[in-house]
Amino acid sequence: MNAESIIDLAYIVAAVLFIFGIKMLGKTATARRGNLVSAAGMTLAVVATLFNAGIEFQWIAVGVAAGGIVGATVARLVKMTAMPEMVALFNGFGGIASLLVGAAEYHRSPALSSDAVVPVLLTVLIGGVTFSGSLVAYGKLAEKITGKPVLFAGQQIVNAAILLALVAAGILFCIDPEGARWVFIATILLAMVLGVLSVIPIGGADMPVVIALLNSYSGLAASAAGFVISNKVLIVSGSLVGASGIILTSLMCKAMNRSLANVLFSGFGSAATSSGGKKHVGEAKPVSAEDAYYILEAASSVTFVPGYGMAVAQAQHVVRELGELLEANGAEVRYCVHPVAGRMPGHMNVLLAEANVPYDQLCEPDDVNPTMETVDVAVVIGANDVVNPDARDDEGSPIYGMPIIEVDRARTCIVLKRSMAAGFAGVGNPLFISQNTRMLFGDAKDSIAQLVSEFKE
Amino acid sequence: MGLLIFIFVLSIFLGIELISKVPSQLHTPLMSGSNAISGISIVGAILAAGTAGSDWLAIFLGTAAVAFATINVIGGYMVTDRMLEMFKKKEAPKS
Repeated sequence: MNAESIIDLAYIVAAVLFIFGIKMLGKTATARRGNLVSAAGMTLAVVATLFNAGIEFQWIAVGVAAGGIVGATVARLVKMTAMPEMVALFNGFGGIASLLVGAAEYHRSPALSSDAVVPVLLTVLIGGVTFSGSLVAYGKLAEKITGKPVLFAGQQIVNAAILLALVAAGILFCIDPEGARWVFIATILLAMVLGVLSVIPIGGADMPVVIALLNSYSGLAASAAGFVISNKVLIVSGSLVGASGIILTSLMCKAMNRSLANVLFSGFGSAATSSGGKKHVGEAKPVSAEDAYYILEAASSVTFVPGYGMAVAQAQHVVRELGELLEANGAEVRYCVHPVAGRMPGHMNVLLAEANVPYDQLCEPDDVNPTMETVDVAVVIGANDVVNPDARDDEGSPIYGMPIIEVDRARTCIVLKRSMAAGFAGVGNPLFISQNTRMLFGDAKDSIAQLVSEFKE
Repeated sequence: MGLLIFIFVLSIFLGIELISKVPSQLHTPLMSGSNAISGISIVGAILAAGTAGSDWLAIFLGTAAVAFATINVIGGYMVTDRMLEMFKKKEAPKS
């Protein structure tokens, strides 16, 4: 066997390891090993590539050293609460890497063969959108730019104009790739503008969908890069990621009862849409930490419903402490997590895992809703839209039809919130003025810490 | 070319089959784990950087591609492992 077929063989083994890795990642018991299996596949693919004839190592070493140091440092230091923006950022880097691979190939041989023209275009296009879109998502999640939808007059027209320009650039490029150097550069820039414009109109609460979608794009970009250099391991692994991202995206959309088009184009949560739905009149009933303690102390069944507010306040550790105290007090404690709570798929599960909340106490809305009447106290920690009864009752509400955790049917509901402000969807929530709801205002972490100290006295 | 498209389509279907039944607890690790796999463009990046010769623009494009892809790969696998490590800790007292 010559070197080339040995490298090919190694690529096949790497692809198999990725497939097994992803499969194992899907089950709790094997997830961590699955990640290692997939990392082994990546290592094998990289090492095999280095055995290609005529490879010089000096620049590869520079790139690997720089990227390795940055990647390892960031991965080690990042807080669990900052995980959504981290994933977004890594994702963007994957996109730009694919873009650069496409650009390097075009630079190496500008007279592209007819088979390579379209893949080169797609690589820089998808890679560019992934890169700039992920950076905007990062900015929104890290709150460096506003999490609210950014809309301006004629946004759709601008988007349509950019798409048309991209199609025109694509045609010019296909006719004469060698002479179309500037068209190529314009394509990259337009793709990046398109990435920015497609993510800025999307509100913070829809971020789980966007992150999953960008994840899918980064895979497709890698796959397109695989077509450019006719490399099968890129195509296989890229499309596996692309497919998994699409699945996650559709799961997130289902959890909100909205179509992907609605998430991407409606500017949900902007002033224009927030007027929908009934106005709610009534007085919220505030409660002091001490009174909340008496309610919890008498409860024999407590369900926590965490939302993005718990992540912002970094309250997951005190929540777990309170949960343990309630259990010691004889109550049955559960944590009910909505699939889109937080800013990325599974966000709350990561935080509760970090705080060492036992697995068997975590449950999904479908497990809790049927027996909600038997729950003495539902404690809502910084969640809003996912517990809004309007989604079930008010057909005029913008979030009507979204599956919710029906805490309004619990005997008592304590809502921890900083103020009466509307959630990211910008709709009012009748839960807050319901008869059996008590509002515990303040920072979630402080409020829970007060409850914990009440229990300890 | 036809063979490559064939591989692409089959892999998409395989991916969909692999992921469709994942519990929501694992959504984040799955996403960041598959994100790390999308850093496979490091293979293309290595080929670009390794064959750049003395052309400065090619060296720049290749080296930058390697650096970004490496961040994606190393960072992606490491954060995924960190997350899954926390997930694992609680299974011990349970059993």
